[in-house]
Parts: sequence; C-alpha cells; structure tokens
Amino acid sequence: MNLLGKHVILHDMCLRDGMHPKQHQISIEQMVNISGALDQAGVPLIEVTHGDGLGGASLNYGFAAHTDEEYMTAVVNTVKRAKISALLLPGIGTVDHLRMAAECGVTTIRVATHCTEANVSRQHINLSEQMGLDTVGFLMMAHMVTPEQLLEQGKLMESYGANCIYCTDSAGYMLPDDVTARIALLRSELHKDTQIGFHGHHNLAMGVANSLAALDAGADRIDGSAAGLGAGAGNTPLEVMAAVLDRMGATTGIDIFMLMDAAEEQVIPIMDEPVRLSRDALVLGYAGAYSSFLLFAKRAELKYGVPSHQILLEMARRRTVGGQEDLIEDIAIEMAAAGKY
Amino acid sequence: MKKKLRAVIIGPGNIGTDLLMKALRSDWIEPVWMVGIDESPGIQRARDYGLKVSTNGVDDMLNFIEEDKIKIAFDATSAYVHAENSQKLTARGVTMIDLTPAAIGPYCVPPVNLDQLLKEGHQGNVNMVTCGGQATIPLVAAVSRVQAVSYAEIVATVASESVGMGTRDNIDEFTRTTSSAIESVGGAGKGKAIIIINPAEPPLVMRDTVHCLTVDTPDQPAITASFQKMITEVQRYVPGYVMLNTPIFNDNRVTISVQVEGLGDFLPKYSGNLDIMTAAGLRTAEMLAQQPT
Repeated sequence: MNLLGKHVILHDMCLRDGMHPKQHQISIEQMVNISGALDQAGVPLIEVTHGDGLGGASLNYGFAAHTDEEYMTAVVNTVKRAKISALLLPGIGTVDHLRMAAECGVTTIRVATHCTEANVSRQHINLSEQMGLDTVGFLMMAHMVTPEQLLEQGKLMESYGANCIYCTDSAGYMLPDDVTARIALLRSELHKDTQIGFHGHHNLAMGVANSLAALDAGADRIDGSAAGLGAGAGNTPLEVMAAVLDRMGATTGIDIFMLMDAAEEQVIPIMDEPVRLSRDALVLGYAGAYSSFLLFAKRAELKYGVPSHQILLEMARRRTVGGQEDLIEDIAIEMAAAGKY
Repeated sequence: MKKKLRAVIIGPGNIGTDLLMKALRSDWIEPVWMVGIDESPGIQRARDYGLKVSTNGVDDMLNFIEEDKIKIAFDATSAYVHAENSQKLTARGVTMIDLTPAAIGPYCVPPVNLDQLLKEGHQGNVNMVTCGGQATIPLVAAVSRVQAVSYAEIVATVASESVGMGTRDNIDEFTRTTSSAIESVGGAGKGKAIIIINPAEPPLVMRDTVHCLTVDTPDQPAITASFQKMITEVQRYVPGYVMLNTPIFNDNRVTISVQVEGLGDFLPKYSGNLDIMTAAGLRTAEMLAQQPT
C-alpha cells in the first residue's frame, strides 16, 4: 500500500463518540483540556456533541452533564486552529439544533442516518449547505447494505448538498475488503469534488487496518478518537492512526508526539474504565450490533441477570439499527422470563 | 339509532384508502365522496366501492355538500393543501378531521381529549397530531391523570416501508408536533419525541416506548391500573395496541412499551403507525356522530 505524500484529514471523536463510554458525563473542564491538547497537536477537526448527536439528551440515551450549547461554546472558545463539528441524527435532532450549533461556532455539520434512510436527511443537509457549512452525509451501520446500495444512498445525500459522504462502520463489523469495496465504489461514482470519509470502531481490532484500506481506496477523511475513547471497543485510536500514517509518509499536519501526550495525559485519565476489546465489544463487531448498545446491555445484565453479550447478540439477530436502545431492557426481560440464554 | 353522518375523504392514497375501508364498516359514518386531483388507483377503488369521486380537488364536490348532506371531511393529503381544503369545507359547515401535519385546529387524541373538545364545541377542524403522537400520548396522559409529570419522552420505532416521503421530507415536523402535543394533550411539563426508522425484512411492527418523569414518587399500582384502562380505550379502535412486558419503575421514572399492529385493511399490519392515524380519525368522526343534536 502506497500512501506516500497523501494528505489525510483526521477527525477526532473522543468528545462525541467518547461520550458513550462516559455516559455523556464529560465535564466542561475536561472538554476544554482535551480539545486544547488536540488543537495544539494539530488535529484539524474535533467533534463535540452528545453521543447521540444534537438533541440526544434524553431519558432514552442519557442526559449529558451539560447542554450541547455549553460544550460547543467552551470548545470553540478554546481551540485556535481546529474546526469543530457536530453530529445530527434526523429523528432525534432538528434544524433548530443545527442553527444553534452554527451560532456556537461549529463549522462542520455531520447529518447521520441509517444506511438505507438517507432521504430523511434532506432538510438538514439542505440547510447546512445553504448556511455555507462543511456538510457531511454520514451513513451508519454501512455493513448492512451492499456497496451499490450504499452508493445510492450516498448519491441522495450528495444531491441534497453534502460535500463529503461517510461510510460509517457503527458496529465495527467490517473487514478491510468490505471497506475497500464500499469506499472504492463511492470514490468512483460520486462527484470528484465530493470527499469520502470512513468512521471505524475497533470491535474486531480493525480500526487502523480498515482506515488504511479506506485511504488506499480513495478516502479523504478518517475518524478516530484519542486513546480510542468511543462506543464499543472505541474508535480507531487516533494517535495510533497518526503514527502509522507518519511511518507511511502520508501527511496529516499532526505532531504525533503531542497527540500521544494528549491521549495519554488528558484522555486516558478521564476514562471510567479502560476502553478495551471486551467480550461485549467483540460480540458487537462479530455479530454486527450498534456500538453504543454496550453499556445499556451491561446495565440490563445487572438488573435482570441475562449476560450482556447474549443481549447484544439478540439485538444483532433482530437487525436493530442505531437508536433502538429502548429495546434492550425489553429483550433482557423476555430472555430472563424465558430462562433462555 | 341515529342516521349515519355522511363523509368525504380527501386524498385517495394509502391513508385515504385505508380510512375508506374502515369507514365502510362503520355504524356511524357513511363515506360518500372520495376526492383526488387526478385519475389514480385510489380513485378507481373508491368508485368500485360506490363512492362519488372528484379528480379535480375539492372544488368539484363543494356544490354537492348540501345535496349529499356531507357533515364530515377527512383530509389525508398534505399540510400544504390542507389549509385551503379546510377553509372551503368548514365555511360550509363541514367538520374537518385533519390527518396531515398542518395542525390548524386543536390536537385530538380520542381517548384523551376528544370528550373535552366536544364539550367545548369544537366543530370546525381537529388535527390528529402524528402517528407517534396517537400511539404514545394516551400513555403520557395515563400517567399525568394520576400525578404530575414534569417530562415525558416518546420513542417511536417504525418500519421503513411504512414511512412515506411526506414524513421523510419533513421529519422535524414529526418531532416538533409530537413534542408539542405531549405537553398540551398528554399533560407533561415538557415533551420530547424521537423517531427511529428500521428497514429490517420482514418489516417490524410499530413499537413505542414512553418514558415519564413524575414530580413525586410514582404511585405504581395507580399508574399501572391507569395504563391498563387507557390501553383498553385505545383497543376499542386499534385492537392490535398491546403492552409489551410490564411498566418499569425506576425512581421517578416510569417506562412503558407498546406494540401497535394495524388491522391490515389496506395497509400492511406492521404499519400500525398508519393504522392508528386512520382509526383515530374515524373514531373521532364516530364520536361526533354520537353527539346528541
């Protein structure tokens, strides 16, 4: 694989996807410290939102320690070079949230839908594009469809005004060939000015390998998370990705040692428990379930005695999509009553 | 028994046709006209059932309102054209039941506030909120009639096949309208609505979760009984409305999940989200028909 001289945009997730393992309780001070360190290391793009995107604060997904507005404002006021992004899932957040994020100084809006439901994103992508924001269409659980189906959905988002389309491996299920097939088709069929991105989860320890496959197939942006802080086994560890790219001669504009420091000194200490490839996380990746289901399944295990990995297997078997956290407790009750697990 | 109230259905699409199937069985409502804007399978179907049809919008049937004694109109078109339809028909004394998201008239969730609306004499235009609203607001109200609810949140999970382009083009309208009705009809201090669309095959049956935060410690037996009573009320017009597991109490948080299976009149059974709209619209008309005059 030759990535020599290739410019790669690395996008940090630890203050958004990392909200999942933190149960959305990252403090403003921690946000400021982490974003400040990432900014100094030269990370060009940092995502800050509730784990489930703008408006995600809820009984269903968890209330955050602060509002999205407070988090985004604090981070925007901290960074000197980095741009700040926000995630928005239509059906959870609305265009009102989008306008609020832009007012806070967010300049990248990532509109996320399940990989078959791109046409619910029209109004949000339209507005973001009209507001002159960097507008990303983010197709989640992309392993559940063929590359051709993913392309069709990516084209819809592109037609609404997205200037970048993501193949999002929300379950950490993909293997490098799966990534290559999807990214290569997006790259060959979308407009040449449309950027392509890949968002990985490390549930099969494929974060870095999959991200390299994406770059080799033509991706421009790669999501990762300092120290891997993210749902499931976490995201592609950003400092590892940056170091690998440095070894391969790709350019990221990042000082890899400063990024290592940020991960080690700022992110690791805030973890409630190590983000690692636990049995639950492995099951997510092996069977293909949405990574943020993990803690919900663990809580259901504590309450109903059904092993969390069995609940996650059942969530995958039912072909659930992102956001269906409310089903987890029901499944645990059913499995406990049936005594089958 | 009173004579049936005669009705027009505007919009011969999936919703209008499903409503027609239900209305044809009604003891209280007689569908007389189907209004479309062009020839379509829905118009032909209505003709086959013996209805008069217009393929030129409501204007072609306005002159027949008195002759055909039309008292009720169901609008299953879109928010954009509803306002004009409503104005033309209500001016002629027809009660408009709005199945679009236009929400010109007050929200109506039959087992929760229809009695109140009838008492207050709202005869002009009532709005049926959203599918998620019809499925969940009865449950919010079941808690708020027992004790104060500071916050209520609903999560509607629906099959991709059952979500039309109207909803998809403006999904924020679902979120806003449902949230607002959770407060004004459901009685929660603050409301929030979430919709999740799942493309699994075979399509999943509509599923709704309602979370409420009560101001004081929840009175578990009273709330559980209130849920059961409310579910029985909804089952009068949506027999496939059933509770999944038992209510979950966690400090001041009350959670209940229901499944909504439709009757499968014209729409597939899994699309309980659409069935509950047409059934609630018809139920509203039937309650109107049963009013003493």
